[in-house]
Amino acid sequence: MRLNELKAHELLPMISRQEVTVEEAVTCVLDRISAIDGTIQAYITVTCEHALRKAREADARLAKGEPARPLEGLSVAVKDNISTKGIRTTAASKYLEDFIPPYDATVIQHLEDAGAIIIGKTNMDEFAMGSSTENSAMFPTRNPWNPKRVPGGSSGGSAAAVISDEAVIALGSDTGGSIRQPASFCGIVGLKPSYGLVSRHGLIGYASSMDQIGPMTKDVRDCALVLSAIAGHDPKDSQSYPGELPDYTEYLIPDITGITVGVPKEFLDEGLSQAVRDAFTEALEKLEALGVTIKDVSLPHARHALAAYYVISSAEAGSNLARLDGVRYGVRTCASEDFASMMAKSRGEGFGPEVKRRIVLGTYVLSAENHDKYFNEALRVRSLIARDFQEVFETCDCLVGPTSPTVAFEAGEKTRDPLAMYLSDVYTVPPNLAGIPGMSVPCGFDKEGMPVGLQIMGRQYDEATLLQVAYAFEQATDFHVRRPEAEPNAYELAGGERSV
Amino acid sequence: MKITKEDVARISVLARLELDEDSQSQFVEQLSGILKVINALDELDTSGMNQTISPAGLTNVLREDIALPSIAPEEALSNAPDREGAFFKVPRILDVD
Repeated sequence: MRLNELKAHELLPMISRQEVTVEEAVTCVLDRISAIDGTIQAYITVTCEHALRKAREADARLAKGEPARPLEGLSVAVKDNISTKGIRTTAASKYLEDFIPPYDATVIQHLEDAGAIIIGKTNMDEFAMGSSTENSAMFPTRNPWNPKRVPGGSSGGSAAAVISDEAVIALGSDTGGSIRQPASFCGIVGLKPSYGLVSRHGLIGYASSMDQIGPMTKDVRDCALVLSAIAGHDPKDSQSYPGELPDYTEYLIPDITGITVGVPKEFLDEGLSQAVRDAFTEALEKLEALGVTIKDVSLPHARHALAAYYVISSAEAGSNLARLDGVRYGVRTCASEDFASMMAKSRGEGFGPEVKRRIVLGTYVLSAENHDKYFNEALRVRSLIARDFQEVFETCDCLVGPTSPTVAFEAGEKTRDPLAMYLSDVYTVPPNLAGIPGMSVPCGFDKEGMPVGLQIMGRQYDEATLLQVAYAFEQATDFHVRRPEAEPNAYELAGGERSV
Repeated sequence: MKITKEDVARISVLARLELDEDSQSQFVEQLSGILKVINALDELDTSGMNQTISPAGLTNVLREDIALPSIAPEEALSNAPDREGAFFKVPRILDVD
């Protein structure tokens, strides 16, 4: 087995015992990217020289006898909406094509302090708006299980990089499912932390009351390792959780007897595909065999979550993206005589269709005559949805359901119909509205070999229970062990030429 | 409520977002479909519910007023499309007669 194929918790002891050098480990990942990323297109930027330099520095420290740090030498793929000092950060937008942040996001500081090494910046839907990574202004990313299908989104590049061993660990961001849905489509583990658990400082904001950065990893143990490194209070994020946090790796015990797991009936409605339903039913049986109590529950307002989500997220996006004004960074259209038309033209040229659509929708629902009817009403519905969760958590320790109604769909299938695309997030948006944690773990494959994800949701700031249930489930199954057989140039592909 | 082409044109001015004719027509159709779904929120009785602005529920987060280093002017200007000295340069904002 090559070093890039190892999980983080397998590679770490080899590095700390100096059985392999960090340079060897990083080189293996870079070689894999060279070999396969022409097909997968997971990365917008590969930071080859940066990574090798950091690797040699780490090796020099270890050779001097310094102890290995918690994530020493791990190659991390970072979603391209997370600011990295001196490394181009585009949010997959033409508008930010040449943007080089002057500072690091807090999560990047945490990862680098823990010894992780940025290997590259991954592709995504522009400004994280989308569910297939087809809204990237750069190029689409392909699903390593079948390159004619999408990897999910918006963190599709990070998910594809992890499952094709082009990274050891990855970061994504999740506003309405953008970590969990691509994790499900690519067969990896993805965790959206409770709102406020992980600092948003340095994340290019989309809908700030729901945005969270989280781990995307090969298994649950790696997820706990990364979460322990990035979680924690940050004075630079005004909504950052100020409480004490546990060491999440201590909850990786394969015993979940006595835990009560709720199954919301709204997550098993008519929109659910048969293949996902079958895999989910088997996953429930497996959980029951592991000793949990399964309880049927209801979240009566969950079916309105998608509508509330699109009002709130578009409104916040419309306000947030107003800072992209052609003045301090980004594209400026030169042939403008006055300020207002300079801004309008720069944004018109710099943004893709989905971003424009959401700015228009967001501005519409915030305009004076619609503000109460749409925006305030959506915020009240949000309270109903949060209350539904609180009520079921009085009797359940966590909830489970499918992560997405379908497996990964074909590229191009939903690009013309924004509503159809939005529906692929129908089970992932409720946790963002309520601020609770949600996680996707592999729970099966359909007949065509496409992965299915199990979503686990928990009480606010109770990531520990999610990890415990996810770990026990993973240890009792082997879905996380399988890998796609993506080999370079093995596919006949049409279109989607790589432009960067 | 149906969204019209005039609505989209008016909103694009408010949002400082130039849209070509094709996008405007396309958005009228797509946003009308999206609004139809959003209008389902009307079915719910939300009387007495608070508006959840942030799920973290933290308000008035304060800290000690301590001076800390911030980004140097050169770094802050490094991504500017246009600059003059230590300033961001923009087209004229006020009319001068």
